[in-house]
Amino acid sequence: MTEQLQQGENKKLIWRLVGIIGGMFLFAFALVPLYNVFCDITGINGKTRGQALYESVEVDSKRIVTVEFLTNINRGMPWEFKSMVKSIDVHPGELNEVRFYAKNRSKFDIVGQSIPSVSPGEAALYLNKTECFCFDQQRLAAGEEVEMPMKFYLDADIPEDITRLTLSYQLFNVTESVTTASVTNQ
Amino acid sequence: MSDHHPTGITRWLYTTNHKDIGSMYLWFSFIMFLVGGAMAMVIRAELYQPGLQFVQPEFFNQMTTMHGLIMVFGAVMPSMVGLANWLIPMMIGAPDMALPRMNNWSFWILPFAFTLLLSSFAMEGGAPNFGWTFYAPLSTTFGPPSTDFFILGVHMMGISSIMGAINVIVTVFNMRAPGMTMMKMPLFVWTWLITAFLLIMVMPVLAGTVTMMLTDRHFGTSFFDAAGGGDPVMFQHIFWFFGHPEVYIMILPAFGVVSEIIPAFSRKKLFGYSSMVYATASIALLSFIVWAHHMFAVGMPVAGELFFMIATMLIAVPTGVKVFNWVATMWQGSLTFETPMLFSIAFVILFTIGGFSGVMLAMAPVDFQYHDTYFVVAHFHYVLFPGAIFGTTAAVYYWLPKWTGRMYNETSGKIHFWLSMIFVNLTFFPMHFSGLAGMPRRIPDYNMMFADFNMWASIGAFGLGLTQVYFLISIIIAIKSGKKAQEKQWEGATGLEWDALPSPAPYHTFSTPPKVD
Repeated sequence: MTEQLQQGENKKLIWRLVGIIGGMFLFAFALVPLYNVFCDITGINGKTRGQALYESVEVDSKRIVTVEFLTNINRGMPWEFKSMVKSIDVHPGELNEVRFYAKNRSKFDIVGQSIPSVSPGEAALYLNKTECFCFDQQRLAAGEEVEMPMKFYLDADIPEDITRLTLSYQLFNVTESVTTASVTNQ
Repeated sequence: MSDHHPTGITRWLYTTNHKDIGSMYLWFSFIMFLVGGAMAMVIRAELYQPGLQFVQPEFFNQMTTMHGLIMVFGAVMPSMVGLANWLIPMMIGAPDMALPRMNNWSFWILPFAFTLLLSSFAMEGGAPNFGWTFYAPLSTTFGPPSTDFFILGVHMMGISSIMGAINVIVTVFNMRAPGMTMMKMPLFVWTWLITAFLLIMVMPVLAGTVTMMLTDRHFGTSFFDAAGGGDPVMFQHIFWFFGHPEVYIMILPAFGVVSEIIPAFSRKKLFGYSSMVYATASIALLSFIVWAHHMFAVGMPVAGELFFMIATMLIAVPTGVKVFNWVATMWQGSLTFETPMLFSIAFVILFTIGGFSGVMLAMAPVDFQYHDTYFVVAHFHYVLFPGAIFGTTAAVYYWLPKWTGRMYNETSGKIHFWLSMIFVNLTFFPMHFSGLAGMPRRIPDYNMMFADFNMWASIGAFGLGLTQVYFLISIIIAIKSGKKAQEKQWEGATGLEWDALPSPAPYHTFSTPPKVD
């Protein structure tokens, strides 16, 4: 093989390899939406979906599913945050409302964001929220307290073996990022 | 004429010669091996007894993190690239690597990358302290300021490995001597070719991961931050998508090394050459679909646990083929036990032990017990120290006569082997027991009940560390004043580097391609 021919062959191969490398770099970022889509379809990481519309469906009044509520506060979040009831028994298909209580115990205005998570994960597919404080952020002035409603219903076709599920909320302090964002917007 | 080479420091700075670059890689990796080893000594000194004696927990965490990073990216990976540089052109009858200038660059990035990484010790907040796996949010929200130096360092070593891998692939595909067909290549070349493909597939994913960390830390994204809609568990998925192929990147070239050495000292052809090639390729392919076995405890659905468990256990099949072939090569051979052969046999035995504990860890139900305990530490040190490092050591002893024209002292080599063999087991075997009894990894202090196991492991570790210093000294003596080596130092050796080249190999080799039949 002559030197020039060799150089040409090398170039071709190098560009192919660089293509694979670039593709794999992009693939790493593509994993993010892929992960979310995959979890959304299978519900395996317990993330609930966005706002649902309640369609009056047949209520399965023979079945009872216990829904428990958990609240957690992330580091650096000086709020009190709890659900008004520990758990409720619901029939699949019926619309329920529970209320959550939050109070800003600090001397500053703080913006909070709750992130829901359902356990067991597959139950997340059947939990539909028509109204939730977690869809928005809450800004509470120093000392302000608030009661927040959350309305949900369970799909009537929720698997038989799920008799109990836990809906947990983790409350994050997002004041800093909200403030930075509004400064940048101006 | 063929032995003419430039002199002085610029020889090393500007060199595009694969032998010079190979030597620099090997020396660099040995320096990093000593640096990372010194950190291991600090860890083992602290763990010699329960309670806190020498270092504070914050510093201990920096030690475990940096020990892992330095050993993985600074010691094991560059040593394998060093072997590739030295050996692949000689084994396939090529005059040099295909892209010599890039070869120079890919080496010279490394000292800068590791200076960046190591300089973090001098920074406010100390060095990275979140473990070499840098799980978010420990490394994003809670990482020390020096995390950004870590990110840049990882980017640089990633670029270096990717360039090294491109070089290997292009060399193997385009520079083989006439007649050197793919299935005639020495197995070391095959395992490195497959390793190179793993590298170009997963190093970009690692680069993507640390880039996401960087933007999470400074540019307001929320890839791994739940408050902004991200997911810290996703970090583990992306990291281990890189991380599992990475462990095969570290071990496959060592498979290649022992597949050269065992036939030479058994005076037989390698048993099942083509099955070795296919087994290596299957291990590499399977490595892409098993990543979540590192994270059984995050709360996966049963179907996921089953899939990753079974896929992981499947890897035992091609690995078993390889171990079988090595043993079958030795079967009824006329064996002699020179130092490279001793290290290779120890490799087969101890790597298999590490493989067995790997199968135990692959079982999802019992992994809940073993997860993040010293059992895991024992497992991966058994595959890395007697695996990757014994493999490299065997290679150094085996090819030293070809590289330098001088022989090491056989007695000295045997002393090095037996001390390493005893101390490596004394260090890591007790960790199986302390792990099964529940001792968590990455802790500076522990329950009294683990005291004996830890004392043995620490004594073993100090011995193992000193033994490697002994190795350094005896290799330097061999290079300076060892006996002159013969052209074919090992009577059972095969391959172009032994059959067609004098010892030491001249600076320029195979300027006209050899004939292979």
